[in-house]
Amino acid sequence: MSVGLVAITGLYLAANIGSPPDPESSRLSPVTSAVPPAKSTADGVGGSELPASRSTSEDANPYPTTIRKPIGPPQVLTGITDPHGNAVTVSCSTCHATRKPNTENKTMADMNEFHGSLKIAHGNISCLSCHNANDYGSLKLADGSRIEFTEVMSLCAQCHGPQMRDYEHNVHGGMNGYWDLTKGSRQKNNCIDCHNPHSPQFPKMQPTFKPRDRFLQAHPHE
Amino acid sequence: MSNTAPPDDSNAAPLLPILNQPSSRRTALKVAGAALGLAAFGKAVSPLMVIPENVSVDEFLQQHYKELSDDDKSKVFARLEAETKEHYGAAVTISDPQAIPGVKFGYAISLSKCNGNGACMEACNKENNHHRGVDQSYIRVLEMSKGSLDMEHGSTTYDHTVPQDDKFYMPVQCQQCDNPPCVTVCPVEATWKEDDGIVVVDYNWCIGCRYCEAACPYHARRFNWEQPEIPAEDVNPVQAYLSNRIRPQGTMEKCHYCLHRTREGRAPACLEACPTGARVFGDMNDPESDINYVLKNKRVFVLKEELGTQPSFFYFFD
Repeated sequence: MSVGLVAITGLYLAANIGSPPDPESSRLSPVTSAVPPAKSTADGVGGSELPASRSTSEDANPYPTTIRKPIGPPQVLTGITDPHGNAVTVSCSTCHATRKPNTENKTMADMNEFHGSLKIAHGNISCLSCHNANDYGSLKLADGSRIEFTEVMSLCAQCHGPQMRDYEHNVHGGMNGYWDLTKGSRQKNNCIDCHNPHSPQFPKMQPTFKPRDRFLQAHPHE
Repeated sequence: MSNTAPPDDSNAAPLLPILNQPSSRRTALKVAGAALGLAAFGKAVSPLMVIPENVSVDEFLQQHYKELSDDDKSKVFARLEAETKEHYGAAVTISDPQAIPGVKFGYAISLSKCNGNGACMEACNKENNHHRGVDQSYIRVLEMSKGSLDMEHGSTTYDHTVPQDDKFYMPVQCQQCDNPPCVTVCPVEATWKEDDGIVVVDYNWCIGCRYCEAACPYHARRFNWEQPEIPAEDVNPVQAYLSNRIRPQGTMEKCHYCLHRTREGRAPACLEACPTGARVFGDMNDPESDINYVLKNKRVFVLKEELGTQPSFFYFFD
C-alpha cells in the first residue's frame, strides 16, 4: 500500500518539477539507481563518490538512500527529423572531435554555429569550466580530472559546498520515502533534477491549487 | 334556593390551580406564559431526546478514544469502514498507529526555498481526504512582503507566477505546540497532545463548539461545515482513526503531521510533494536527525514566539 503511494507522489513530484523545455539540457533517467556505499565507489574513475552516502551510517540503517541519476552523456537535438519523423540526435563528440576547443566561450553570443537555443545563466563560468575538452562524453572537475555525466553532483559540489552539505542532511533537494531509514528506503533528487545546469535558478511556477475557506477570501478593502 | 349551584370546580381536586381562576386578562397571560415556557423548555432539551439522523446509535454511545479497549477499537474501526463504504463507495482500512516511543516530531520549512507554488496544500487535500467541494487543506501558504512577519497582512489569494521578487512565501499549518491553547480550551477533552508531540482530535468525541479554532493563534484548525464530498476513486484508503479518516460534519480537524504515515516511518505528504525541497521533517530526540541539523545550523525562528505556545514547527532562511 505505502509503496504505491510513494510511487504516486514520486511521479507527482517529478511531474511538478517540470524540466525546462531546453532540448540540450541533460536528460534524466526516470529510474532510481542505488547509491553505492562509500567504500565501494573508490574505483578511481574521477572520484565519483557521492558525499551524500557519508551522512547515513550503513550499519544502523538497513534501508538505502537512493539518488536519481542522470543518464550518461547527453544526446543533442540536431533539429533534423529522420524519414519516420523522429528527431535526430547526436553525441557531443560528433562535432567536437574535430573542432578546436575555445576556452573563451561563456555566453550564447560566443556560440555562432550551434547550441543557439541554449540559455546560459550560470555565474561567469565558461563552457569548459565543466565540459571536458579532452572527452566531450564526460565532464571535468576543477583539477582537470575526468568525471562521468552520471556523477555530476560531485562537480556541482565543488562550488556549491553549503548546498551540498544541506543536501547530505536532506535539507536541500527534497526527498521521498521514509524519514526513518530503519523502516524503509528514501529516494532523492540529484542537482539537475531541479536545476538546469546551464541556467540553474529554480524556474518560476504558477500556483494551481487554492483552498476556498473564509480566510482565503480577498479582503474587500484590498 | 333557586340557584342550585352548578357542579362547582372547587369540589374537584384541581389539576392545575391556574385553571380554576376566573378568566381574566391576568389569567390568560399566565396561561400563555406557562405554555410558552413549557414549549421553550421542550425545544431546548429536544436534541437530547433524539439521535441526529447522521449519527448511528453505536456512534452515539461510543466512548472517548482513550477509554476504548482494543476490542472496542476494532468494532469502532469496522463500523467506520462500513460507513465509509456505504457513503462513499470506497473500501478503506482504518488503523491506529501509536506514537513511536522516544520520538518527538519536528518540522521545519526553509522560507528561502519555498516559492509559494502550493503543491503542499494540494497534496494535503488528497492525502487527508479533505472535502473536495471547498478544496480544504490543513496548509495555507501566505504571500508576505519582505521585511515583515505580520501574518495578518499575508495574502493567500495570490494568483500569479511565483515567486515575486518583493515577496516571500510562508506555509502555515498546525505548529504542534508544546503548550497548545486549542487543547486547553476544549470543553470535552476531544483534542490532546500525544507523546510524539502531535496534537490529535477524536472526531467522534468533538462537539464542534469551535473554541479551539478561536484559540489557535495560527488559524490552523478547520471546521467541517459540510459532510465532506469525495469521489470514491479519490478517497485515500490508507486511513487512521486520529488522522485522515473522513471526518464527520460538524467536527474540528487539523494537521496531524500525517501520523498515519510518519508513525510508520514515512515522510509527510506535504514534504514529498514540495517541488522546492523546502521542507524538513524528523525526530527531534535524535541528535543526528535532519531536523536537528536544521536547528543546529540554521537561523531558526517560530511563529508568534511571544505567545508561549512553544511550537514544534520551525522556519528558517538560508
